[in-house]
Order: sequence, then structure tokens, then C-alpha cells
Amino acid sequence: MIWNEKMECMSNDEKAALQSERLVKLVKYVYDNVEFYRNKMDKCGVKPEDIHGIEDITKLPYTTKDDLRDTYPFGLFAAPHSDIVRIHASSGTTGKATVVGYTRNDIDMWSECVARCMSMADVTKDDIIQVAYGYGLFTGGLGAHYGAEKLGAMVVPMSTGNSKKLTTMMVDFGATAIACTPSYLLHLSEVLRDEGLLDKIKLKAAICGAEPWTEKMRNEIESRLNITAHDIYGLSEIMGPGVACDCREHAGLHICDDYFYPEIIDAKTLTPVADGELGELVFTTLTKEGIPLIRYRTKDLTSIIREKCACGRTSVRITRFKGRSDDMLIIRGVNVFPSQVEAALVNVEEVTPHYMMIVDRVGNLDTLEIQVEVDVKYYTDEIRGIEKLTKKIAGVIQSALGISAKIKLMGPNSLKRSEGKAVHVIDNRKLY
Amino acid sequence: MTVNQVSVFIENRQGRLGEVLQVLKDNDVNILSISLADTTEYGLLRLIVNKPEHAKEVLLKAGFSSMLTEVLIIKVPHVAGALQNILAEIAKANVSIEYMYGLSVESNDASIVMKTNELSEAEAVLNNIHVNTMSSKEIEAL
Repeated sequence: MIWNEKMECMSNDEKAALQSERLVKLVKYVYDNVEFYRNKMDKCGVKPEDIHGIEDITKLPYTTKDDLRDTYPFGLFAAPHSDIVRIHASSGTTGKATVVGYTRNDIDMWSECVARCMSMADVTKDDIIQVAYGYGLFTGGLGAHYGAEKLGAMVVPMSTGNSKKLTTMMVDFGATAIACTPSYLLHLSEVLRDEGLLDKIKLKAAICGAEPWTEKMRNEIESRLNITAHDIYGLSEIMGPGVACDCREHAGLHICDDYFYPEIIDAKTLTPVADGELGELVFTTLTKEGIPLIRYRTKDLTSIIREKCACGRTSVRITRFKGRSDDMLIIRGVNVFPSQVEAALVNVEEVTPHYMMIVDRVGNLDTLEIQVEVDVKYYTDEIRGIEKLTKKIAGVIQSALGISAKIKLMGPNSLKRSEGKAVHVIDNRKLY
Repeated sequence: MTVNQVSVFIENRQGRLGEVLQVLKDNDVNILSISLADTTEYGLLRLIVNKPEHAKEVLLKAGFSSMLTEVLIIKVPHVAGALQNILAEIAKANVSIEYMYGLSVESNDASIVMKTNELSEAEAVLNNIHVNTMSSKEIEAL
């Protein structure tokens, strides 16, 4: 089902005209309202008058996550605070979070995008959908929730953390759709199997996102639960889930490109690459009011498909993600940077700066172990003392990352020292 | 009288314990008693050796987190209930014991290595009930 045929199936010429009109307006809007962009554009010698259409976008400077950090919390907001109706936040590269704000129009636009994505999974107003993303500062829960309401579906705001309640309600309510991370859905399929509920569910579709997953995982989800599973993509800086999603063809993710203009660039030279070539995905938010971003570097590696899809949509598609151009990890749907661990450990005087993060997936749930070397001065010969220190470090890490980690204390010099760039992560999940 | 025990933190890795013992062997350190407290993640190796200061230094140099801990080595007669009698007195004085392990070096008596964070209180209790402890000199001579 296509939610908004006019916008999702428009001709290339119509779309270019719309994107051009919106870009011209956007550039003037940010230049007038965001000091950061005004300074940045002045420095590059670009004025709003130089932007006549979408093809002029390459004249504009890039925006990075560091820019959000440097202007924390509200420095990149273009709308006055009285017009902001919602705040969300995600992990920053170090201690500070990345904060985004939405006006009423932004929330409406976001809901529209999520409604389009859910329609790609053939979810309609007749469906009962359980939203099992976290509700809160994370965009997943509220983003999916508002989109599903816009669609007119019956929304069950489960949030995360209680699988038993979720599976019970799934059966009792006759839920037909679910929105959650793919690894959590695999976990749920096991809970359902173990409780003998698999033949009692009415589930048809899943809208999974917030972490990278493989085709193999999709096949497993679909065959275990006898449903279709769709890949929804988004990031809080741009909006949240609903920036793109795959339709029943599963031939790439359709971007809501009337709202988010995509480019693929070479992450080293920062120049655009040809269609079909792998590169870093960059977005410009064409209509956002709260925190409009120009050429925001997502660091996600993918390629672009411009041909019309068999489903009838003309929106530009991106292929399955091939990795990241930075060291960000997504663990249990939460963005984690090794630099956050480093920044947190600096405050624990008992440990040295040497650490190693080991990420794995056990029983479909992500695990994170952090190995830290204790300073020789602080070893104790009592198990009680070591457990106390382990607990202390676990607390510091939990509050820094927002997820729990298993802490493993190591003897001096037991972690491998690397020559050149330090290696701090071993990811055994093979997600790309 | 207290004696210095050598304690070593070792993460659970195959061969790690052997590496510690190799260092001690290469440096002519004689081990009189050994105790390994293990968890799933790591072990705490506690050693009574003839040259504790030397052992600590060579282990540190070899990259191990060795440290010295003051412990009491209590001589316990080979009689049923002897240890219980001693511990009952220690408990009465509200002294808590962190850990204990055996040290068997003499034919007539058994000995127990005991760690407490209330050393002087424990020593006072032992003096009162006329229980002997071993000195560093005695250990060195073994």
C-alpha cells in the first residue's frame, strides 16, 4: 500500500522542482536563524542568493555530529524555543548528548514519514501495532508511536523491558504488527516458542530498525514468525525512524526524499560519488524547522538507486548498509562510541587508560564486555575489593553509555598494545 | 607476629598460573603454601614464600600485579577441635576473618594462614589464649 501516492510516486522533474524550491527556502531560513550556519557559509563564501536549485547543494558546507556537540544543547536550533514542542537526544561522541528539537510541523512531518514506512509493510488503520522501542529521549518509541497513530492503527505503547507482558498481550490483543529492533524480535520469537504461543499469534508484519541487520536475520525472523519484516532507517539528527524503509520488494530502502535530500560522498575526499557506488550517506533536511541540518554526514556507508521501484514508488532508494565510516557501534539499539568509554574511564582513578570492548550476540541479544586494566597500585587481594571495583566501573559505564556492560578486570599489561592507531573494539556480531 | 604474603591477581587465561610459578622458579623463590581463590573471571593467588619481598619485586618486574599482604600464621596442635577453639575466641572478640588456608610445614603442628583487617585485635586474642604465630624469620628458615 502506498500512503501518499502524490509525494512517493512523483516524476523526477516534479521532484527536482520541489526539492529545489525547498532547498532555496531552507538555506535562507538557516542563514537568517542559525548563527553557526551563517558563520560557516560566510567562511566558505556562499550566500543564500547563490543557491538557485537542488544542483547547487554541493556549494554548501557539511555538518557533522561534532558540530552538534560543539553547539550543545540548542546551538543549531533555528526555531525559537516557544515553537519547539519536543526534544529528543542520542549519544554524542563523548560525554555530551546530541540534542534535537521539533516544532509542531516537524512532528507532523515525522508522523507522515513513519506512516509512509508502515504502509510499505502493508500496515493499515485496521492493524493493531505494538511499539516495542524505548519511549523517552530515544526517538524510536515516540517516533513509531506517532506514525502509527497518524496511520490510524491501534497503537499499543509497550516500550522495552518486559518480554513476557509483550508476548501475552500480543496473543490476547491479537496484535498484527510490531515495531522493535530486529535482534529483539528474534529474541521474542524464542520467548513465543518457549511458551508455546507461536501458533496463537496473529502477527503479519514487523517494522524493524535502530540497528543494522543482515538479510539472514530477516529470513530467520520471517520464517520463525511467518511474517514479513521491513527495515526502517533513521537517525535522531535528521528526524528519527522513518527517514527510509523498504517496501515489499525488499530492493533497498525508499527515502522520503521530498523531506530528506540524500547524497553519497567519498568519506575521505568528501566529493560526491556516482550512483551505485559505495560511500557515506549525507542528508539535508529540506523542510525541518526545529533543527534543520545542511549536508549532515551520517557516517553510514551505502549506495544509491534512482530507478523506479517495482512497487510503483519513484523515491530514491539506498541499499543495505555496508558499515560505518567512523567507529560508532550500535548495541541493543543504542549508539555507542569507544570515545565515550574512554571519557568515562578517565574518571576512575583505579584503572589505566587501556581498555578493550568486546561486542557479541548471545541468544539474539547484544552483549558488551569491557576489559580494563587496573593500576598496579590498586589491586587488592580480597575478592570483595575486586567485586567492589568492578561494580563501581560498571556503574560509571552504565551512566555514560546508557546500557549495561560486563566489566572484566585485567592484570597489568595484559591488553594488547597496538602500534599506530589503537584498536579498542572487537565486534563478533558480523552485522555488515 | 605477622608474615608477608605475596598476592597476585591473575585473569583467567590458560597458562597464566604457570607463568607466575616460572618467574618464582627462575628467581629461586621457594613456595611454602599456595592458595588460589577463583571466580569465573579471575583468580587471586596467595603465596607464602621464603623471600616475600624479593618474590613481589620479581613478579612486578615480570608484569604481574603482585602485592604484599600482612597475614597471621597460627600454629594449631594436631588435636580435634583445636582450630574451632581458636576461632571461637576470635569471633568472641568481633574480629572478622577475610580468608584462611592451610600451611603444613611441621610434623607436630599444623599451621593456618589467616587474613584479617583487624590484625592487632586478632594478635591480642591469640596471645591471651597462648596460641603461637610464626615469624618471618621462621618462614625464611624453612
